[in-house]
Amino acid sequence: MASAVMNMTTAALDWVSVAFDAPLARAVVFGVHIDGHLVVEVLLVAVILFQLTRKSYKPPKKPLTEKEIDDLCEEWVPEPLHPSISEDMKAEPPTLESAAGPHTIIDGKEVVNFASANYLGLIGNEKIIDSCVSSLEKYGVGSCGPRGFYGTIDVHLDCEERIAKFMGTPDSILYSYGISTIFSVIPAFCKKGDIIVADEGVHWGVQNGLHLSRSTVVYFKHNDMKSLENTLEKLTRGNKQAEKIRRYIVVEAVYQNSGQIAPLDEIVQLKEKYHFRVILDESHSFGVLGNSGRGLAEYYGVPVEKIDIITAGMGNALATDGGFCTGSVRVVDHQRLSSSGYVFSASLPPFLASAAVSAVNYLEGNPSVLTSLRSNIALLWKGLSDVPGLTIGSHPLSPIVFLKLKKSTGSSKGDLELLNNIADRMLKEDSVFIVSTKRSVLDKCRLPVGIRLFVSAGHSESDIRKVSDSLRRVATTTLAEHL
Amino acid sequence: MVRLTYLTALTTLLGYVVFFVFGFLRDLFRELFDWSKSDDLRGYAPICPPFEDFYTRRIYHRIQDCFARPIASAPDAWIDVVERYSNDNNKTLHRSSTASRCLNLGSYNYLGFAAGDEYCTPRVIESLKKYAPTACSARADAGTTRLHVELEELIARFVGKPAAITFGMGYVTNSSIIPVLVGEGGLIISDSFNHNSIVSGARASGATVHVFRHNSPSHLEEVLREQIVKGRQPGTHRPWRKILVIVEGIYSMEGEFCKLPEIVAICKKYKAYIYLDEAHSIGAVGKSGRGVCELLGVDPADIDIMMGTFTKSFGSCGGYIAASEEIIRYLKHACPAHLYATSMSPAAVQQVISAIKVVLGEDGSNRGAKKLAQIREGSNYFRSELKKMGFVVLGDNDSPVMAIMLYNLAKLPAFSRACLRQNVAVVTVGYPATPVLLARARICISASHTREDLNKGLKVISEVGGLVGAKCLPAEPEKTAAVDKLKRLKTWRKVSSIMFAAAFTAVIICSVVAAVVAAPPVAAALAAAASIPIPAGKWIDSLLKGYQDALERQKGILNSMRVGTDLTLKDLDIIQVLVDKLEIQIHSLLDASDFSLRDEDAVRFGIEEIRKKLEEFMKSVDSLDQQADRCNRDIRRARTVVLQKIIRHPN
Repeated sequence: MASAVMNMTTAALDWVSVAFDAPLARAVVFGVHIDGHLVVEVLLVAVILFQLTRKSYKPPKKPLTEKEIDDLCEEWVPEPLHPSISEDMKAEPPTLESAAGPHTIIDGKEVVNFASANYLGLIGNEKIIDSCVSSLEKYGVGSCGPRGFYGTIDVHLDCEERIAKFMGTPDSILYSYGISTIFSVIPAFCKKGDIIVADEGVHWGVQNGLHLSRSTVVYFKHNDMKSLENTLEKLTRGNKQAEKIRRYIVVEAVYQNSGQIAPLDEIVQLKEKYHFRVILDESHSFGVLGNSGRGLAEYYGVPVEKIDIITAGMGNALATDGGFCTGSVRVVDHQRLSSSGYVFSASLPPFLASAAVSAVNYLEGNPSVLTSLRSNIALLWKGLSDVPGLTIGSHPLSPIVFLKLKKSTGSSKGDLELLNNIADRMLKEDSVFIVSTKRSVLDKCRLPVGIRLFVSAGHSESDIRKVSDSLRRVATTTLAEHL
Repeated sequence: MVRLTYLTALTTLLGYVVFFVFGFLRDLFRELFDWSKSDDLRGYAPICPPFEDFYTRRIYHRIQDCFARPIASAPDAWIDVVERYSNDNNKTLHRSSTASRCLNLGSYNYLGFAAGDEYCTPRVIESLKKYAPTACSARADAGTTRLHVELEELIARFVGKPAAITFGMGYVTNSSIIPVLVGEGGLIISDSFNHNSIVSGARASGATVHVFRHNSPSHLEEVLREQIVKGRQPGTHRPWRKILVIVEGIYSMEGEFCKLPEIVAICKKYKAYIYLDEAHSIGAVGKSGRGVCELLGVDPADIDIMMGTFTKSFGSCGGYIAASEEIIRYLKHACPAHLYATSMSPAAVQQVISAIKVVLGEDGSNRGAKKLAQIREGSNYFRSELKKMGFVVLGDNDSPVMAIMLYNLAKLPAFSRACLRQNVAVVTVGYPATPVLLARARICISASHTREDLNKGLKVISEVGGLVGAKCLPAEPEKTAAVDKLKRLKTWRKVSSIMFAAAFTAVIICSVVAAVVAAPPVAAALAAAASIPIPAGKWIDSLLKGYQDALERQKGILNSMRVGTDLTLKDLDIIQVLVDKLEIQIHSLLDASDFSLRDEDAVRFGIEEIRKKLEEFMKSVDSLDQQADRCNRDIRRARTVVLQKIIRHPN
């Protein structure tokens, strides 16, 4: 059967080729034999050409009529600008009736204040207030212009010089608000295509800077040097392109979300090994760490030139406002034209710059204030060692003493409720003002929430005893079911 | 809008080319001879992005003495500008111990609260002593003082919204609020000239951003319609969750008011939310200083989010958002600047409170109203004088901000330095704060400027403007008109000669057509005559008849065409007469102005004469216009007919 079919096919093919070849067998045009397959090829080419010349088929597009567009616009219903307001959104922070020093007045009652990052106890310092007053009388309150356009007042330049001199860096640049410093600096240096390796526990300002830079951001585990090394290794190994793109490590000196201190010595080793640059946010370590308060580099004995970019807010230890960035002349000069928070914002009110100068002067003249801050931190650690249900999560030298729940309720919302409860009760019953961590909807930090106690050199021993006793007492009753 | 001629654009670009070529050359030589001094460590990419670095080193450093001039006084009407010197070709600048007293036309000190104020300063100092310069804490923690609460109530009352929230910096207000209001899946439609803080906020939000043409409500509507119908969230392809339109009250680099009533109407129609940034307008404009809403007659209730700053009119620092109770409640719960950033300095808060009280007249005097009247009069006076001098001035009346267009980058330092030499401090702005081709000088008028101050400023700016060639429009409008008209006359001459030529061609074409039309029937007749003996005579007859009919018709058309051409010619004659008349008038006009120039006493008379002549002249130009129009139409019709004939002819 099969052979019969085969025979028939061969016969048919033979016939076809004979039929094609026969009439043209002898046809020669310009020395070319015209045979069957040439005919087929010519036909094929003709068909292809024909198809190519035809218009491609497109479904007819009918534009919407004006009326249809109107109807669609009518139909569209936007979401409201804000979600529905729940009960917990209505909480209001306490209103202060005096300066936020170690003791302040809330609702007419004097309370011990552990909620202000007044690390050196400079709030209410006579010398600083005097310098502010004389500055106010000479320069007025606001600077009425960005730095580029007559918003540069001589005290700004003095302040920049003073900070650079204090830090031992070639130059520095002032920003008008602490939180805007870091989120303007990062996008000024990191662009699309650059690599940033950042700690996962950085605060919102850094996160925003990372987002605005549009760089490739890789996070490593919070304060975990092994994880940092692995990340750097992974990013650079076999990647020859890496040499041509800018690479940064972004860390905080004292993490405001956990009170941990970044191990700068190891970071500097890693950075040199893998050719990364370091951007360090010293908001909570400037004026606190190191023998003379020069920050993390002094504390670890690392030369300050090794850190490429240092930023800090001045709203903490220096008890003023604004921020600064310090580093090489090139780093600072570049920001004067490329950093959006510097170029496009009015400059720091001159009296706050004067306050910063006086605060740095004070710190340099009274290094003993650092000793009392450190002893206060140690004292608080001792007092808090046996608080039921809570455990200290911060570094022993961090001025932020961070307490987290030993046993989480399972959700950060539930945890926060508990912690807020403790804080409220302490304020009401014991006149001790403490605060829990807050989390904005935009904050991507996933570290556990907790209570933050901001220790000040201005706290007395009895203040510290008061806060630890009160915390122990309130925690025992509030956290009874969570031990 | 900015007018930019091709020539200006070309010279400006050429200026940049020169800057860049020299910059690249210098970089090249540096690499050749100075390679050992490279700033970058080996194994690292350069720390600064190459283009920005180049711009800073090779362009900005050349002219950096014109920017960031330090002052040694409050930024009031007169300031002490510290002199600087450089030992390395402007790369680094050092302060000297001398300062020169200059008129300040650069600071945003609209209401004059920058310097000490009899009402504000004592209160500020008192608050400073009571509350210290800062609370070292965020608003949500320990940063809320009595003063903050008072300010929020006051500002809400001032702008006419139920509630408000304040922040320590205007830039942060925009850049941290926008992401809280709109997130992924939302759409932000932003004016193309919006401030960098809005751009940064929009970028941080993760929402899709579209831009509409600066201050163009019609384009906004177009974008809105398109986006509601076709715009889709990336990823899910659902319609937008919400749309936020962001505009500014006064655009700070142009001094223009936002077309708020139109924009509000469009946003209402399409259910988009509106965010109004009143950084420069709050306190500075409006009858009682309440900003553009008051000035343009918009109900604040129609605006969802009202943002503003305290840096400008109130001479302090920080910013606010005023909105409904619910929105403010939500912001206090969710906004990172409220939760994390150091709260506004209590002394600065007190400054704002006192300044607003002065503006509202709650200090028991009428100083606020006086200040508002002063700034309005001062701004309008200054603007009109600048325009009279022939500067290209941007911005609307009543706006205290005005921009003098300089275009060329090289004119910036020239203008700035020359003004400073004569003790006037002006701000010059170039890229990156403005588009590359639109460099400008910017003037901000303050209520603390007296009329003498303004006159001094005008005198110096006029001189310097002449020196650097910034007066792009010819001065004195009367003469301008004459020269303009003369130019227009020349154009008309050209136009009329073209029309003559066109008519002439038309006539020739007509005759040719006539010849062609006439030829076939003759040929056909010959053929008919030759073919009589042939039996098919009837067919030939009908053919002949058809030709004859066609001929008749064509004759009719040709006749009507001839009439048309005649008409055209007559029109052209009229134009010629008018042009002649114009010429005579222009001559007499020029004579008159010559005369007026020769004899100073007769100037006024001459100008009067010129004005009269001008009116007549304008009238004749108008009639000329109409004539030309008619003539043009006739010619076009004639040409169409001719062309049709040529195309459609049976042969």
